[in-house]
Amino acid sequence: MSPLELITERGQRTAQEPDNAALSVQGLTVSYGQSPAVFSVDATVPKGTMTAIIGPNGAGKSTFLKAVLGIVRPLAGQVRVFGRSGTRAHRRIAYVPQRASVDWDFPTRVQDVVLMGLYRELGWLRRVRQDDIDRVRACLARVGMEDFADRQIGQLSGGQQQRVFLARALAQDADLYLLDEPFAGVDAATEKAIIAVLKDLKADGRTVIAVHHDLATVEDYFDRVLMINVRKIAEGSVETTFTEEALQSTYGGRLATAGRAFHHSDTA
Amino acid sequence: MFVDALTFGLGYNATLVTIGAILLGISAGVTGTFLFLRKRALVSDAISHATLPGIGLAFILMVALGGDGRSLPGLLVGSAISASLGLLAVTWLTTRTRLGEDAAIGAVLSVFFGAGVVLLTVIQTMTSGRQAGLEDFLLGATAGMLYSEAVMIAVGGAVVLLLVLLLRRPMTLVAFDPEFAASSGVRTNSIDLAIMGLVLGVTVVGLKIVGLILIIALLIIPPVAARFWSDRADRVPIIAGALGGLSGWIGTALSATVPDLPTGPIIVLTAFAAFIVSFLFAPGRGVLSAVLRYIAFQRRVHVRQGLLAIAQGQPVYEPLTRRLLTRAGLAHADGVATDAGQARAAKALRDEARWDVVRRHEAFAGTAALYDGLREIESVLTRDQIAEVDRLLGGPREATSG
Repeated sequence: MSPLELITERGQRTAQEPDNAALSVQGLTVSYGQSPAVFSVDATVPKGTMTAIIGPNGAGKSTFLKAVLGIVRPLAGQVRVFGRSGTRAHRRIAYVPQRASVDWDFPTRVQDVVLMGLYRELGWLRRVRQDDIDRVRACLARVGMEDFADRQIGQLSGGQQQRVFLARALAQDADLYLLDEPFAGVDAATEKAIIAVLKDLKADGRTVIAVHHDLATVEDYFDRVLMINVRKIAEGSVETTFTEEALQSTYGGRLATAGRAFHHSDTA
Repeated sequence: MFVDALTFGLGYNATLVTIGAILLGISAGVTGTFLFLRKRALVSDAISHATLPGIGLAFILMVALGGDGRSLPGLLVGSAISASLGLLAVTWLTTRTRLGEDAAIGAVLSVFFGAGVVLLTVIQTMTSGRQAGLEDFLLGATAGMLYSEAVMIAVGGAVVLLLVLLLRRPMTLVAFDPEFAASSGVRTNSIDLAIMGLVLGVTVVGLKIVGLILIIALLIIPPVAARFWSDRADRVPIIAGALGGLSGWIGTALSATVPDLPTGPIIVLTAFAAFIVSFLFAPGRGVLSAVLRYIAFQRRVHVRQGLLAIAQGQPVYEPLTRRLLTRAGLAHADGVATDAGQARAAKALRDEARWDVVRRHEAFAGTAALYDGLREIESVLTRDQIAEVDRLLGGPREATSG
């Protein structure tokens, strides 16, 4: 794509950027060292939708998410969350990181982790009150973990740890939920519980974006897809965009394994 | 005599030193906790060794300006400046080069310390006949501590504690989950720098009492010991502060009681004793508690096996199992199960079938790792997880009748 085309395309997007975009990204490029992990990605996610970010390993899915969150600094491009950028955008985002990203032997209880979702509100000094604790418990109840509030987090199974992270994001009470592989390595009951919560969020008018690796469940769980392999391959509704052709160009030679799952879901 | 020392009965100077050591112990323990939780304990060693050239240069500068080179405020300012440079050097090497933090720490620590030793040697030739006493900062020297110096240590320690109180939430968040912290708008680099800045503050404050070589012990040992006593990030710093303060208090008292015992090293050894006690006797994570837990576990295994035998209508011969079952009121002396025993046996059998499902199904792979053969299934799985297991099992009734 020549620079000129980029400019016109971007110009159009800015002009027609809809008021109902929860997230709009233009020309986002992120690089660790010399080779870009994400290159010039444009994407628009409408409010109140559930979007799956899919693509092969190393395609920059997590990096894309982290750039949107401001965890990694993009080399180029713009990120707008509900029309705003920078710190004001942070307040409306909740984040569920990958489970493996933290040390689960950290001295903290389930309840304390969920309380971290309220730190933004509590600020540096305000004391934790009973109604804060009640809110934390309510978030734990939504993920079916209310009986585990006093456990040390290291005593949980993988699925339960994932639920705690989701409960923390619920405590953030945000409008845009970003999740990094929320279903990776969790049990079937947890997968059901998580997807139920996410669908509730959507029904409530919130926007959900998740990095997702299981192509067989894309159609059941999500209504939009963003297909990435360093560059954006396709974005749009699942019915029109999640096609074999698009998958082929996203996964290339690696579709062999991913494709089987796709066909399986087709016939099911 | 030791009691006199503990109760501040050994005179003015000893009292000043004791109060200073207690305050230093508290602030080092509390601050060190965040360093420990952030897993960057060794950076403090680079920081403390990097104080030495600053001390030397400050002395030379003050003498050159015609002042008394030994003025403590001047020396501490100098040490703080060069320690900051050392910290920046570690940060720069770690983020801007391919060197890992361990290599960066090694390089900065040795270069700064070497430069400091050279400066001290130069100072000795420069002020021949005048004892600068700068080598006291290596291991601390409390003899002849002035009131103004004690006040400086107290104020410095209090400021550090206040800042820790102010920053406790972002520091905990960054230590546990830096990416989540960044996503919720916390500037993680600034918080990391703040943690290191506080450590630097403690180091400078502690130069007079424990010296730059051993200060890392006061920053690390109390948090590590405190970790044995609590699983909560809001309590570990408090316990670490208490253990640090206690070490400062008992350590100075010990060194005041026996002639010629150096204060700093004795404080560190006292802290180490606190660590040993925690390591052995702390409930939950201590060694003794682990042994007791093992014995209790062994007994639960025996009871469980006994119950499963009862459920399957087999006799229980093993003497320990029989004794345990009888004592728990689950079986009569002759080994025949009571009603309570029958009920528990049925439950045990059902749970066994549930665990079997958990182990067989890929979906529960993470949970199956927690299976130890006898934990109450309700304590490991959530209700909906158990419902899912029972669905796969085809209902609990089938299992109990089988």
